[in-house]
Amino acid sequence: MATPSITVTETPLVLYALRRADDALILGHRLSEWCGYAPMLEEDMALSNIALDLIGQARALYAYAAHVEGRDNDEDKLAYLRDVRQYRNLLLVERPNGDFAQTIARQFFYSAFADLYWRSMMRSADPTLAAVAARSEKESAYHLRHASEWIVRLGDGTDESHARAQAAIDDLWAFTGEMFTVDDTERGLIDAGVAVDPATLIPKWTDTVSDLMREATLKLPENAWMQQGGRDGRHSEHLGHLLSELQYMQRSFPGASW
Amino acid sequence: MVDAATSRDRERWQRAWDTAAAVTDPEIPVLTIDDLGVLREVMLGDDGRVEVAITPTYSGCPAMNMIAVEIALALECAGFPDATVRTVLSPAWTTDWMSEAGRRKLSDYGIAPPLPSSSRRALFGVQQVGCPQCGSTDTELLSEFGSTSCKALWRCKACREPFDYFKCH
Repeated sequence: MATPSITVTETPLVLYALRRADDALILGHRLSEWCGYAPMLEEDMALSNIALDLIGQARALYAYAAHVEGRDNDEDKLAYLRDVRQYRNLLLVERPNGDFAQTIARQFFYSAFADLYWRSMMRSADPTLAAVAARSEKESAYHLRHASEWIVRLGDGTDESHARAQAAIDDLWAFTGEMFTVDDTERGLIDAGVAVDPATLIPKWTDTVSDLMREATLKLPENAWMQQGGRDGRHSEHLGHLLSELQYMQRSFPGASW
Repeated sequence: MVDAATSRDRERWQRAWDTAAAVTDPEIPVLTIDDLGVLREVMLGDDGRVEVAITPTYSGCPAMNMIAVEIALALECAGFPDATVRTVLSPAWTTDWMSEAGRRKLSDYGIAPPLPSSSRRALFGVQQVGCPQCGSTDTELLSEFGSTSCKALWRCKACREPFDYFKCH
C-alpha cells in the first residue's frame, strides 16, 4: 500500500521556508529532467549542476522548516510525502521544460528574482535563513549569468532561435507576477525583519529583465494580468505528474534507501 | 603547573583534530577538509565523545555527506567512538577560507585555484585564471560548469591544455 501523506503544521515561518524550499526543489527537479538530453554536453552539465545547487538549497530549507515545526517530519518526508495541494511552489517553476528556450526563459525569470531575493535575505533577522541566503546568492548570481547569456544567444541568434525565445517569453510572462506577491502570513515576517518584501525587488528585477530583452532583441508582453495560486497549493496539472515521478519510490517502498 | 588530566585532554583533543583534519575531499583527494576550510571546530565532551562541526561548501555538493561519514569513521579508527558531525551554516563557507597550502596543492594537481576574493566582482568581472600546467594567463572559459559543482572548465591558449578551475564562491 502506498505511504500516506504527512500533515504539516504551517506556522508562518514553517510555511515561509516551505514555499522557498518547494520553489528550489521543483525547479531543480525540472532541470534534472534534462540530464542526458540537453542540446550539448556542456549544457547537460550546466543544467545538472544548477539542479544540484537548487536541490541543495531546498534541503537546507526543508531541514529548517522541519526543525522549526518541531514534530517528527524531516527534509525527506517534506519532499516525498506531501501531495500536490500541500506543495507551495510558484507556478512558474512547475512549468514543463518545453524546448530549450522555454527552459532557459523560465530559468532566467526565476534566477533574476532569486539573485535579488537571496542577496536581500542575507540581512534577514533569522540567522538560518540569512546563512542559506549567503550561499544561495552566489549560486543564483552564477545561474543568472548562465541564463542571461543564453537569452541573448537565442534572441539575437537565428530566426528560428529568436522565434522560439520570443514564444517562451510570451508563454511564461504571466507566471512572473507570483514571485512578488505577499499574503498576510508573510506580512508579519516582513514586519519582523525575517522576510524581504518582494515588492522592493520589482524595480531592479524589471530593469534586469528589460535591459536583457533589449540586448537579446526580444520584447516583453504588454499584458499585465498575472496567474497565481501555487503559494496556496492551487497548481497546474503539471505538478501532479512531476510529483508522481519524484515521489514514486518513497510512496511505493517506504523508507527505501541505497 | 598544568595538571595531568588537562594535559591529557589537550593531547586527546589535538589527536582528534589532526584525525578529522586529515580527511580528504572525495572528489579532490589532494585537499583535506582543513585545506578547504570546511573543518570549523572539534570539541571533546565530558564523556570523551568528539563533536565535529563542518561548514558545507556548495549547496548541492554531494561530497558533504561522504565527508561527514569519513570523519566519523576516521575518528572511530583513531579511538574516538560515536563521534558526531554537525553542519554549521553560518557564517557561510567561501573559497577565501581555502588555505595557501590548499591552493598550492590544487595547482600542482592540475586544478587552477579560486581567485583570492569571492567578491561579486571576482564572480562576474574579468577573470585572469592562470593555467596550472604552463602558468600562462592566456586562457579562455570553455564552460561555466565543470566536472563538479565547484569547478568550471577552461582552456589554455598557450599550451592548448584544457583544465578545471575551482570557482570563486
